[in-house]
Amino acid sequence: MNLYEWLETILFFIVLLAMVKPFGAFMARVYQGDKTFLSPVLVPCENLLYRVCGVERDEEMDWKRYAVGLLLFNLLGGVALFSILLLQHLLPLNPQKLPAFSWHLALNTATSFMSNTNWQNYAGESTTSYFTQMFGLAVQNFLSSATGMVVAIALIRGFVRKKTSAIGNFWVDLTRSTLYILLPLSLVFAIFLVSQGVIQNFSPYKTVPLVQPVTGTTTVKEVTIPMGPVASQEAIKELGTNGGGFFNANSAHPFENPTPLTNMVEIFLILLIPGALTQTFGRMAGNPRQGWALLAVMLAILIFAMGVLYWAESAGNPLVAKLGVHGINMEGKDTRFSLAGSSLFAVATTGTSCGAVNTMHDSLTPLGGLMPLSLILLSEVIFGGVGTGLYTMLAFVVIAVFIAGLMIGRTPEFLGKKIEVREMWLSMITVLTSGILVLVFSGIAMMVPSAVASMANPGTHGLSEVLYAFASMSNNNGSAFAGLNGNTVFYNLTGALCMSIGRFAPIVASLAMAGSLAGKKYVPPSLGTLPTDKAPFALWLALVILIVGALTFFPALALGPIAEQLMMIR
Amino acid sequence: MSKHAPQPISIFDPRIMRPALVDSFKKLDPRALWRNPVMFAVEIASAITLVTFVMSLTGANKEPAWFTGLVSVWLWLTVIFANFSEALAEGRGKARAASLRKTRTNVTAKRLKKPEFGSSYETVPAPELRKDDYILVEANDLIAGDGDVIAGAALVNESAITGESAPVVRESGGDRSAVTGGTTVIANAIIVRITANPGETFLDRMISLIEGAKRRKTPNEVALEVLLIALTLVFLLVCANLSPLSIYSVKAAGQGTPVSLTILVALFVCLAPTTIAALLPAIGIAGMDRLFQKNVIALSGRAIEAAGDVNVLLLDKTGTITLGNREAVAFVPVGGHTEQEVAEVALMASLTDETPEGRSIVSLAKSKHGLQLALPADAENIPFSADTRLSGLNTDGKQYRKGAADSTVAFAKGLGAQSIPANLGEVVDKIARAGATPLVVSRDTEILGVVNLKDIIKGGIQERFQQLRSMGIRTVMITGDNPLTAAAIAAEAQVDDFLAQAKPEDKLRLIKENQEAGYMVAMTGDGTNDAPALAQADVAVAMNTGTQPAREAANIIDLDSNPTKLLDIVEVGKQILMTRGNLTTFSISNDVAKYFAIIPAMMLSIYPQLETLNIMRLATPLSAILSAVIFNAVIIPLLVPLALKGTKFRPMPAEKLLIHNLLIYGVGGMVAPFVGIKGIDLVVASFL
Amino acid sequence: MKELKPAILLLIIFTIICGGIYPAVVSGIASVAFPNKAKGSLITDKSGKEIGSSLIGQPFSDPKYFWPRPSATTEFPYNPLASGGSNLGPTNSAYLKTVAERVKAIKDLGVSGTIPADLVQASASGLDPHISPEAAQVQIARIGKARGLAEDTVRKLVAAHTEDRQLGILGNPRVNVLALNLELDKLAQ
Repeated sequence: MNLYEWLETILFFIVLLAMVKPFGAFMARVYQGDKTFLSPVLVPCENLLYRVCGVERDEEMDWKRYAVGLLLFNLLGGVALFSILLLQHLLPLNPQKLPAFSWHLALNTATSFMSNTNWQNYAGESTTSYFTQMFGLAVQNFLSSATGMVVAIALIRGFVRKKTSAIGNFWVDLTRSTLYILLPLSLVFAIFLVSQGVIQNFSPYKTVPLVQPVTGTTTVKEVTIPMGPVASQEAIKELGTNGGGFFNANSAHPFENPTPLTNMVEIFLILLIPGALTQTFGRMAGNPRQGWALLAVMLAILIFAMGVLYWAESAGNPLVAKLGVHGINMEGKDTRFSLAGSSLFAVATTGTSCGAVNTMHDSLTPLGGLMPLSLILLSEVIFGGVGTGLYTMLAFVVIAVFIAGLMIGRTPEFLGKKIEVREMWLSMITVLTSGILVLVFSGIAMMVPSAVASMANPGTHGLSEVLYAFASMSNNNGSAFAGLNGNTVFYNLTGALCMSIGRFAPIVASLAMAGSLAGKKYVPPSLGTLPTDKAPFALWLALVILIVGALTFFPALALGPIAEQLMMIR
Repeated sequence: MSKHAPQPISIFDPRIMRPALVDSFKKLDPRALWRNPVMFAVEIASAITLVTFVMSLTGANKEPAWFTGLVSVWLWLTVIFANFSEALAEGRGKARAASLRKTRTNVTAKRLKKPEFGSSYETVPAPELRKDDYILVEANDLIAGDGDVIAGAALVNESAITGESAPVVRESGGDRSAVTGGTTVIANAIIVRITANPGETFLDRMISLIEGAKRRKTPNEVALEVLLIALTLVFLLVCANLSPLSIYSVKAAGQGTPVSLTILVALFVCLAPTTIAALLPAIGIAGMDRLFQKNVIALSGRAIEAAGDVNVLLLDKTGTITLGNREAVAFVPVGGHTEQEVAEVALMASLTDETPEGRSIVSLAKSKHGLQLALPADAENIPFSADTRLSGLNTDGKQYRKGAADSTVAFAKGLGAQSIPANLGEVVDKIARAGATPLVVSRDTEILGVVNLKDIIKGGIQERFQQLRSMGIRTVMITGDNPLTAAAIAAEAQVDDFLAQAKPEDKLRLIKENQEAGYMVAMTGDGTNDAPALAQADVAVAMNTGTQPAREAANIIDLDSNPTKLLDIVEVGKQILMTRGNLTTFSISNDVAKYFAIIPAMMLSIYPQLETLNIMRLATPLSAILSAVIFNAVIIPLLVPLALKGTKFRPMPAEKLLIHNLLIYGVGGMVAPFVGIKGIDLVVASFL
Repeated sequence: MKELKPAILLLIIFTIICGGIYPAVVSGIASVAFPNKAKGSLITDKSGKEIGSSLIGQPFSDPKYFWPRPSATTEFPYNPLASGGSNLGPTNSAYLKTVAERVKAIKDLGVSGTIPADLVQASASGLDPHISPEAAQVQIARIGKARGLAEDTVRKLVAAHTEDRQLGILGNPRVNVLALNLELDKLAQ
């Protein structure tokens, strides 16, 4: 890394770390119903909403009711989006007269946005109308992020509360997530993004002449530049770790990510809520150190992955070097971002379940591409999605605490709650569901000739594409080794299945765990209690995460990126 | 007293080895193995390799038959080794149970028509006895079932149960009324009310516990199994996933062969947490057995594990912290009386007192003050009662009393005492503050002075409490003493807290309060008045000499009736958990090396570049896979001694302990198979 | 079902707030505060006709123009309706062949020495408006020859169109190809 890249990276993490604590505290206040600086404006709005919708703001729910509300709400949202996609040609705000989606693409896309995945088997600029982008996709971007956040908050309440079945009110949590956290931040950052060149308009696409017309097989004298309300979508896409690009090139597109500064701001937005939620957790649990310990584990793995990715890309492609082109691997990267900016984006977007990209992961060197893939395969806990990162991480904590507890000769406990059979089942479901989906469906894909035919690259890299696709969908990431042609009946349907199971099985398990934990009594710490907020446990937690991931995927990775890397460097 | 703990039987003893070997094969029955899902999966895997072996022989499978055959053999051995470890652990218990069972056979009982001596009886076999039957037990009779003595007193030999040869007195009423089936009356006759139906007696429970027949999995064990099953499922899918991936890769690379079924199955077994799954049953059984060697019977595995979690330990002062006998060391006069007078009155008040304290007062009065008083003929013994908290005697119209200061003063005032010597309070406080027990003596309304009864703290007790403290366990001393005395003794013995002047309901309340605050409470007790508190405590240790209610309320029985045993129980409880945790970590860490052995081997034909991953430089792909399989199997018997003995418990803070165990079993678990597999490969390769 | 009412109503209300009001508010503020940027940073010629966007690259293959990054968009390079990268893997023989061809094309027009990677490897967006200063550097001689300009003139022009790192540290220094080529054309007039 050159000096500027060091500065850029270090500065970034300083800003991020400076922001997570106050913002985490703010979120804690929001969810606890305390007064914040937004309360004077928003409390009346909130109360009006509750009155209209028939929500009792002080009525608490047990985990089952909470889960029913959540599932119902998400299902309705998915159905609404599915309908919009199928009826796109009939709906307004469609200046390009774009046709409706095919049923299976609509199903895939609706599931994808409902589940916070934002896997895109379509190219935004050529398939989706402004209406679809705004009232379909962006709405789900808000609501699916809010859904993830409330599950994390419910789980925190499970750890904090004693001998109760109540874990909060889903409607209130959902409303507060959206009104107090997602909307205000999106608004501010959307306007900032416009100031840097991200477009925001409702005009029809612009046709401009080419300075030098393209000649050859076809002659092109003018081109059509797509337009649209991009900035408003861009802000929530990063903030809510959704990742669905307005355009096909996603955050590599100059209209989505025009400058190095927007690049850094977008990475910041991706990591902000997942990072700050660790602090919300520490604060609500009355143990800020615990929040920092989780954040430290996330940060350490993220920075390690970034280092490897940077190193692999800067070492370049030896096969290209043979052609007389040395230096970093620039395939699939835009010039304005430094390699540090591209690497950081790649690990941030995959460590979280965002999935926006400013670099084409498919064209990374094998070792470089292994980093985003691995971060996804670790079940999205390295910051993780908004909310999902925290609740999945807490499931890992439960498992780590369990084994560590046995090793020191105590019935395992975390934050004063005993970890028993039920918690083990539920955290195993939370942690392993996505891995199981990846193994099952990548295996099936390899047996389906049409699925193999979707690969854009041959050999090991093709296998990596399929593995990445199912990893991304099952973990609700949404980024891709995008050469793979996913818009086939096979990928659309298996993908929809992976995305919905990968999303809702862990959510229900986490809510059940919240319910089970909330019902337990509190065991005060003693000398024999393992401190979970200090370095040894943090290290152990990191090891558990890495080992579970490595043991699950090493064989598959050996046939993909690992074999490819070895072939490339020999 | 001569004690003999049950002889530890060596696991290499042929009496255990031989049946264990037979059992390891019997346990291959899938219906039995189903209880251990991981090993059940391994058995299915082994069966599959048997099929591929037959296919190799017939040429339907291209792999060399020696290879599939050897893999199959070692996979079967993996299951057998697992069964063997369990059988071995059970074997020791079974041998012990067999000797106990002998005492149960051919016992007859004299069932009484009416519960009184002289009533007619019929002779019935022991199994026909029911609850609330009355039996007569005379000298040299075996007591046919558990029960309470309701009439008479007898000398009973309980060595069959406790291993203690000195006979004990069992008599009706009080705290020594419980008798256990299988013990023998040596002298006198008693009438016993049967309190347990056949099959539910203490002996029955003990036998089934030791045999492990009724062993129920503890919650922690089930939770661990959840983890192991989930991991096994994932590894199953990992292997299933590899098949289509390798088929694709062969096509894509245009060379090599897809991974064969035999190798996939071998990989699965190597990855599955077989080591811990194989040893898991043995760890629990062996833990119970270790306790039994220490003369402790845990009535459930759950109780032992709970012992490992105890935060608060309630200990009776007497007999635990101090030697049972307090000794009188001085007579201190108050209010103008002389020391001689105090000695005389104290002696009078103690003449009928057979407690060690009473006797020590008598002997002090005799030796130091030369007093020789015979028991007056009209002496009326006033025994100590929990209500008055006084004892003494009445004679010649005079009431001699001794007791705690407040009780004695209250008694004197009750008789009409006008004034209490002014310096009494001061003297009492002084003695109490020094950790001794002040016993105030009175004659009618007159308070004469104070006996200084000194508690003698057991040697080395402070270290044990220190040990408990470092384990995070708070010790609370329970005593009937007054707060000052209790505080002084507590300070000297270095307990963390004390409950003075404790009545049964105080103990119960203390336990409830602690539990309410989330603590796990352990308590030792023996008296009937301890029963409610014992029933409430999470870990309740009853002394075998205790009353039937106390024993029934408890979940752990200490046959030696030694209250500090709780330390041992806590230790074993922790050991069981630690052994499980450590072996789990070891088992999972092993997989790293196994991957490095098997993955390059199985994919080498497709991508020769993967040879780079063969960091152990194993000779050939087949030898690499075989070595991993062999290592995976032999590590089980190699770890059996560890599973049976348990990992050594070191009292140290949790965090240090974690690091310590992670270094040994985590890092060790990663390194060991690298060394082991390489070593085995060297041997295997030399045969190829 | 008790939860059905809030589910339906909240979905409708949030659809209006997040899908309608929010983008409308952002658009409103943006169109007032940053009208040009909100509309795509469009470049106009003297007559006020829109001739491109400073953020969207255009394809140039004529030796007299600076060449941009290779673009992998479908139909034709720099197709704004088909943004995206090549998604070719690093060991893909088709990819290596393409790179070799690009290297050859550049060398054929007189570039010797090391070739900057960004000139032969396709961008992520397929619309990358920039090239590295090094990539501009190696093209100066060719432009000078094709246009009959002194190399120094071209070099100065490149220097004038080289953007430094943003805020002094962020990103890479870069040259906007479309702006530079428009400037070259202006010079020729």
